[in-house]
Amino acid sequence: MSTLSVQDHHGVHHDEHGHEHHHDTFLTKYVFSQDHKMIAKQFLITGIIMAVFAMLLSILFRIQLAYPDKAFPLMETILGRFAPEGRMDPNFYLSLVTIHGTIMVFFVLTAGLSGTFSNLLIPLQLGARDMASPFMNMLSYWLFFLASLVMIGSFFVEKGPAGPGWTIYPPLSALPKAMPGSDMGMTLWLVSMVMFVASQLMGGINYVSTVLNMRTKGMDLWKMPLTIWAFFLTAILGVLAFPVLVAGVVLLIFDRSVGTSFYLSDIVLGGVPQPFEGGSPILFQHLFWFLGHPEVYIVIMPALGISSEIIATNSRKPIFGYHAMVYSLIGITVLSFIVWGHHMFVTGMNPFLGGVFMITTLIIAVPSAVKTFNYLATLWRGNIRFTPAMMFAVGLVSFFISGGLTGIYLGNAALDINLHDTYFVVAHFHLVMGSAAIFGMLAGVYHWFPKMFGRLMDEKLGYLHFWITFIGAYLVFFPMHFMGLDGVPRRYYAFTEFESFERWLSVNTFITWAAIMAAVAQVAFLFNFFYSIFFGKKTTQNPWGSNTLEWTTPIERIHGNWPGDIPTVYRWPYDYSKPGHDEDFIPQTVPYSETMSSNLPHDFENNPVGMDEYNKWTNTQRSNEEVK
Amino acid sequence: MAQIQQKDRVDYMPKKFVMWLIVFASFMIFAALTSGFIVYVGGKGKGLSITIPPIFLYSTITIALSSLSMFLASKAAKQLKFTMQRLFLWITIGLGIAFFVLQVNGWSQLVDMGVYFVNPNASQSFIYVFTGMHLLHIVAGLLLLLNSLVGSYRNIPQVKRIFWMEMSAIFWHFVDIIWIYLYVFLLLNQK
Repeated sequence: MSTLSVQDHHGVHHDEHGHEHHHDTFLTKYVFSQDHKMIAKQFLITGIIMAVFAMLLSILFRIQLAYPDKAFPLMETILGRFAPEGRMDPNFYLSLVTIHGTIMVFFVLTAGLSGTFSNLLIPLQLGARDMASPFMNMLSYWLFFLASLVMIGSFFVEKGPAGPGWTIYPPLSALPKAMPGSDMGMTLWLVSMVMFVASQLMGGINYVSTVLNMRTKGMDLWKMPLTIWAFFLTAILGVLAFPVLVAGVVLLIFDRSVGTSFYLSDIVLGGVPQPFEGGSPILFQHLFWFLGHPEVYIVIMPALGISSEIIATNSRKPIFGYHAMVYSLIGITVLSFIVWGHHMFVTGMNPFLGGVFMITTLIIAVPSAVKTFNYLATLWRGNIRFTPAMMFAVGLVSFFISGGLTGIYLGNAALDINLHDTYFVVAHFHLVMGSAAIFGMLAGVYHWFPKMFGRLMDEKLGYLHFWITFIGAYLVFFPMHFMGLDGVPRRYYAFTEFESFERWLSVNTFITWAAIMAAVAQVAFLFNFFYSIFFGKKTTQNPWGSNTLEWTTPIERIHGNWPGDIPTVYRWPYDYSKPGHDEDFIPQTVPYSETMSSNLPHDFENNPVGMDEYNKWTNTQRSNEEVK
Repeated sequence: MAQIQQKDRVDYMPKKFVMWLIVFASFMIFAALTSGFIVYVGGKGKGLSITIPPIFLYSTITIALSSLSMFLASKAAKQLKFTMQRLFLWITIGLGIAFFVLQVNGWSQLVDMGVYFVNPNASQSFIYVFTGMHLLHIVAGLLLLLNSLVGSYRNIPQVKRIFWMEMSAIFWHFVDIIWIYLYVFLLLNQK
């Protein structure tokens, strides 16, 4: 594909290049696009739609929890047979919880988050024209889209969508007749998830290959922004963990459809003993959580990477402890594979094995704490700019701390006997991986919106969105800790009917109204997002004064990213407020020879020639001083 | 105002790396299945307690031979000996199909022994899952081999031809090694 273009017409310089000569039709540009930036936007918008859908589901079951005795005729209008006479069907409640969890964990915080920002930023921040395999990338999005359609489509089958919880433990998930949510809805769930896993594998494989093979000149691993490190390690986690889910699900499908007994044993259904014999339901939990635990880091690590970048940029300070940040990400990646047992402390696990899992789990607190302290140290005495993206990034740090602390309690095998499957767990993971990851994603949207659409989002609406969501999330999830300590079990349709839990009804009502308030605040975001795509303020090329490569590309977002040669990288991405420089940021593309006044000896650690030049320059400066 | 530009040339390295990652991901499926087997056997105290029929030894030899012919085909392709390349590719595909047939025959022999897929001892059901999942990979490998074979008859650039050969070689050697792993795993656990 080596072309030689000689442009000599009219003496005017055309910004045209070989690869732009093919003309995009609507179909190849917006629908079956192979351009990573368009695919990122497709992932983002699909992710946002799925998030709104899952949020509405959560409002529905919150209403049921707050008003278990009340009939809402409107509910029957909307949900039909799932809410006869305005009272929600208990099976449908289970389906709501299941699909809310599935969509949020997989479709929004895995595909929506990694899919959007890995696709957008890996080529842009590394200096690549596109992904390693753009075709596979396109396939990845379209499989995700189909998976989303099937998942939402499962609401339209007779017995409703899947209901055994997002963890689909057998036997509920393996016996189609076990409950309404185990029937057709469960089948569709499995179909959807198989496509989803295929999509994630294609995406993840692409990300890893691109990061390792397609970095621009000068971009060695230690010059990569922390976003890329996070996406890279997330993709590795996905490539190693999702196939294990496939293995688990294949066995589940055989149990469901063929009649094998991998997971099933001694089942009596409606008084009739079933032929299944000798299976082990715990085996499924092992296979599921071997994916499931890395999955929560697949959710949170991209958010952590995004906030590293945003916090450093908006504090106008180098990220504190860049190497420590990378090593903690690596530490989290490795440790995440040997902690899955902490989800299974109460399955009759050998207490010694439980002890092992407890220790590995608690060790994860170390890299997590390193990251948290580094965020705080980066903020410390920074020249902070409170852009909406920055607010959300700091919000992430807040949720990560308050949710992470309760992880220390849950990670203890002995304490977990009391806390397992209570609202304490719900509170814990909604703060640490739910709210925190969503805030990371929103921070990324506000920060990279100009890169995606060439326009800026409205700041005032951003602040409004931030404050109501931030306060709302705490009001929703904080009280749940106390419910959990009291032993309130999760996933119950109307637990306040139990005499001992009656007193929690008022708290439930409070939480529901807080949730509705936070949900309404999302309208501010949705309006801001879609309005700004078309009518937002036009952006400048580098609106946040950022160092990374994506801000050296033209605003117009051309295919191939850079009109001319890909820029070369000379320095790490965090040279903010470097003493001696006239601006408070030095982009990665600026060579040290252009910033003599701000160079430091450690900039030339592995570069003797540069060190010589640096010494020569400082000596000249010194002798000039003496002359004066 | 002449402007001379060296366009980025097509780089196959990242794409080949993609194949290695696919291999890793596939390996994780088999690692998960065999770990599941170990957890099941350990938890339930039920082993395979059968003797693996000798037909699986024959299939192992077949697929090992196909790996050898694949290696010879790649070597021929690099030396521009296209007739040899085609011949060895045909042999590889033939051996691959023979392997497939032998495995399915192995299933019927297992059924004759009373080792059914639907089985209260799921460790025996696992044999079918191992071999079935592996046969899916064999099908994918055969499709890649066919692609290389078609490429060897068409007039395409040598780099591309070699690229397709390498892609299918990586995958074919991988499915070979995975089968040997599974076979040894079954042999070690058969009592």
